[in-house]
Amino acid sequence: MIDKHDVVIIGAGPAGLAAAIYTGRARLNTLVLEKGVPGGQILQTDWIENYPGFADGISSLDLIQAFRDQAQKFGARIETEEVTSIVEQDQTWLLKGTRKDYPTRAVIIATGAGYRKLGVEGEERLTGRGVSYCATCDGAFFRDKRIAVVGGGDNALKEALFLTKFCASLKLIHRRDRFRGEKILQERVFANAKIEVLWDTIIESIQGEDRLESLQLRNVKENSTQRLEMEGLFVSIGMNPNSEFVSDLVELNEWKEIRVDSRMQTSRKGLFAAGDVTSACPEQIATAIGTGVSAALALTEYLDGMGH
Amino acid sequence: MSANIINVTDGDFEESVLKSEKPVLVDFWAVWCGPCQIIAPILERLADSHLDRMKIAKLNVDENMGTASKYGVMSIPTLLLFKGGEVKETIVGVVPENKIVEKISKHL
Repeated sequence: MIDKHDVVIIGAGPAGLAAAIYTGRARLNTLVLEKGVPGGQILQTDWIENYPGFADGISSLDLIQAFRDQAQKFGARIETEEVTSIVEQDQTWLLKGTRKDYPTRAVIIATGAGYRKLGVEGEERLTGRGVSYCATCDGAFFRDKRIAVVGGGDNALKEALFLTKFCASLKLIHRRDRFRGEKILQERVFANAKIEVLWDTIIESIQGEDRLESLQLRNVKENSTQRLEMEGLFVSIGMNPNSEFVSDLVELNEWKEIRVDSRMQTSRKGLFAAGDVTSACPEQIATAIGTGVSAALALTEYLDGMGH
Repeated sequence: MSANIINVTDGDFEESVLKSEKPVLVDFWAVWCGPCQIIAPILERLADSHLDRMKIAKLNVDENMGTASKYGVMSIPTLLLFKGGEVKETIVGVVPENKIVEKISKHL
């Protein structure tokens, strides 16, 4: 007999685990499927300073462990599995995984987002050869080297600040004349002697034989170009939602985010979504948590209505 | 960690990897690397399902910078497939399990 779950949550990042705490407390049979290890994008930061409740900050690993313990305490089970597609089956859903299938009454898609690429010549070829998308992973390879970070949001500023622990000098390349990231991070960037900001600048191409050697830059205001010798480039220009596996099933917006209403309901009944994979989440842990909780509450009501 | 995965170091890399009769998939990783932890369970499964055809080894780059720099590893996780002492395949970053299998299968 295949046992049918009340809810399967896809993804064990903050959104998925927050949802699991609530569905567990609602005494719904809750399974969380995670393709790697719980944590999601949190795992790419080392320290979190803006999550409410921790005035001194908290390590990302400790925070995710606490989320996970709390979800499991209320009965959620977490298994390692990659869901490849979802199919409808008489008003319920069947999740197809790489190991087996999971029948369930309702689903919360909380698959998060992955790195966005620049899409310029040389980027793909030199990835892992000086071009990186994760400062905490690769920073130590660039001890005393000249490096650049491209981007202007919270993550770009955080990565730049983190990387100054290792590098000799750092150019922060941004296509506009101001940053989007938090003011407090901007202040730290401007005060850091190792960081020089290149405003209004885009990367046109990336050069190097076996490893990164230089960047071809264009200043879009002055319309001038320059080639900059560089040993490392960290790309931090935002995220791409992991929505491809359901792109034929639910409505996506122009950025391929899953469209949700204010209750995190997708275009299909019984399918909810939460966190960075949706159109409703500004890439923060606290907002991911909020959308996960909203999805769990709406889903609980939905199953009650079905005579669960 | 699966019993089918071995730890290798700068010291025994030649013996365990370069001179291995079977192809060896080496995972360059570090404790502080979140995405490396995403790759880890995939390797556990590969170790169990592909045991007869290849070895799987983990190399901690923190403690074994020599080997990492010799092979030009500048991002982790990086998976290198060695066969007959040579690198046959390079997989950088978090790549889905089926893509990893696809890339290494043609060398096994």
